[in-house]
Amino acid sequence: MQTKFTQLENFGHSLRAGAYVIQARTKDDVHSAFKLAKEKNLTVTARGAGRSYNDASLNGGGIVLDMSAWNLIKEWNPHTGQVRCEPGVTLEQLWQKVEPDGWWPPVVSGTMKTTLGGCLSANIHGKNNFQMGPIGEHVLEFTAILPTGAEITCSPKLNADLFYGMISGLGMLGIFTSITLQMKRIYSGLLTVDAFPIKNLHSHLLALQENAPKYDYIVGWLDTTANGSSLGRGQIHGAKYLHEGEDKNSAETFKLKNQTLPSTIFGVFPKSILHIFMKPFVNNLGVWGVNTAKFIASLRKHSFKESHGAFHFLLDYVPNWERSFGQGGLIQYQSFLPKETAEFVWTQILKLSHKNNLPAYLGVTKRHRPDKFLLSHAVDGFSLALDFKVTDKNRKKMYAMLQEFDKIVVANGGRFYFAKNSETTAETAKIFYGEETVEKFRKLKKRCDPHGLLESDLYRRIFNA
Amino acid sequence: MTDQTASQPTGKLALATPLNPRRRALVIGASEGMGAALARKLAKEGYVLALVSRQKDKLQALCNELNTKETIAFSYPHDVTKYNEVPSLLQKIVADLGGLDTVIFLAGVNFPPGGVDKYNFENDKKMVEVNLIGAMAWLTPIAEMFQNAKAGQIVGIGSVAGDRGRVGNPGYNTSKAGFATYLEALRNRLTRHDVNVLTVKPGFVKTEMLKAAQGGTPFAIEPEKAADDIYKAMQKRKQMIYTPFFWRYIMFIIQHIPSFIFRKLSF
Repeated sequence: MQTKFTQLENFGHSLRAGAYVIQARTKDDVHSAFKLAKEKNLTVTARGAGRSYNDASLNGGGIVLDMSAWNLIKEWNPHTGQVRCEPGVTLEQLWQKVEPDGWWPPVVSGTMKTTLGGCLSANIHGKNNFQMGPIGEHVLEFTAILPTGAEITCSPKLNADLFYGMISGLGMLGIFTSITLQMKRIYSGLLTVDAFPIKNLHSHLLALQENAPKYDYIVGWLDTTANGSSLGRGQIHGAKYLHEGEDKNSAETFKLKNQTLPSTIFGVFPKSILHIFMKPFVNNLGVWGVNTAKFIASLRKHSFKESHGAFHFLLDYVPNWERSFGQGGLIQYQSFLPKETAEFVWTQILKLSHKNNLPAYLGVTKRHRPDKFLLSHAVDGFSLALDFKVTDKNRKKMYAMLQEFDKIVVANGGRFYFAKNSETTAETAKIFYGEETVEKFRKLKKRCDPHGLLESDLYRRIFNA
Repeated sequence: MTDQTASQPTGKLALATPLNPRRRALVIGASEGMGAALARKLAKEGYVLALVSRQKDKLQALCNELNTKETIAFSYPHDVTKYNEVPSLLQKIVADLGGLDTVIFLAGVNFPPGGVDKYNFENDKKMVEVNLIGAMAWLTPIAEMFQNAKAGQIVGIGSVAGDRGRVGNPGYNTSKAGFATYLEALRNRLTRHDVNVLTVKPGFVKTEMLKAAQGGTPFAIEPEKAADDIYKAMQKRKQMIYTPFFWRYIMFIIQHIPSFIFRKLSF
């Protein structure tokens, strides 16, 4: 079996770990990887696109199964909207396949580079989480190989405990080999988008809650540098699908060329080099300037039409933007809070970040609802994602600050999402998952993986294994 | 396989996060002298450590000492002349540490023949087997690994004794000269892959090995001082250092003594 020792990174370039990488393209590859791991007394982690902000797809000193080349769309039915994919298929491949036929993936992340295997493992959500739930709710069926060697098929009816465990299971119960999803019908390649400004955190959360039912998608931008009475100010974008017949020109708007993001700025500068020009602004002062300018620009309330591709995949707008954070890279801290405590918690968190002179550089808010997956991160409330720049000088201080954040969040019924948080400890995870859930997961893990072959750095961190 | 039931830090995991990055070092020849001093220094600087030595009891004691503090240190009793054990032991170490950033090879033996007219092939062979072939057995898979990862640092402890073949100890001179040349070759291979290879040439260091040395041992330093020098050079990713630094000048002169004079000297 071909392995290559490779230094792998998280998406934010803030964490590295060497591992023996194996390309997986078939079920046999997965079986052989498990066999090799057992022989060599090593552990295995599957890695898709490596877009998580933390250690979810890293396995320092162990085996990493690179799933990214196992990426064929095996079956697409444009009449029923059902699609069967190999686990390495990305959201990019998926939407580009289904959109021209008038369908759209019901749940997408802020980047289209993620693989379906990774999306299911983290049970990703989109800007429509309050309505459509996480991606797991749109999985009709999947097949997987367990570390025991068993090949299983799961659906909400068949092997339901594994269905709800493996989706959200952080890749620790088995390896997905095929995923069948239900797409959502759309009647135009465009969305109607409303943008309006928000003065402070209280009205920010109120606006998310009150406007969510009126829209199909809702997302807030939060000016992380504003303080005092403007703390939590920002801008909300609400988007709606067009109804059947509303877009007279849908044949045209469905076309991929009207969906894909432009590759140049002002038609001149290639965007692939843009991150270099962003670098001078990615510091405390520059970010204050950019945030303030953005807020002023957002004061005009306006509506417009935008393609699905452009609305959803903001993170892909500037390729390699995360490089502009420099040597130390970045981390993201995302907390999910019940609607009753969110304002109280985030007021404290934002104030703490200002007090420590460690402001977040980007803040994004969303509206959520609970789901029934085992390791769920969802709540009936909101989430706030904060991007922080990591430097050699600020690591210690930031670590202490984030541990403080964690305490406030879990004390107020909050939860975390492990495609994001990189510093949350096993003690904290146990508190918000609850002992019962952790125990249930451990039992499932023992059943699927009696020899403990599947382990990631994330798993060791949050389950203290 | 060697006995690997030895010390594992209990209840502590070598976890790395973006805000708590771990540097992981493997020290081969760690149980005493410069190796132990370097292990203590690296522990103080926050490294997670894998310590290898054939002296199981001393290794265990050092590990226990380090693990009582914040440090995480694993111990692996192993004789570097058991070349076949290296690949699987290395794999275990990398898995235990969760990666590998730095490797320091300082396992070495010195058996002076006991006079300028004495010869001892068995001893010479042993010195080459430990000091040179032992190093090659470890650094071969490590160099390959670092080359693939395009990252890493290799530190080899040579000696001023490798700079010139002298009357006193031909076998030791040869093993250290060979090691220095091997490290230079690795440096030339690996620098282009962003791997740093540091050759350290200590003068006299007050260790067990020094007690065995014959003749004068001028300017002898404490192993802790050598460890500080080595650590500084590691941080600056230097290519070659003498410790203490002035040996550079001494050895410069010695290296340039013409052979017709050097042949007549008795050191």
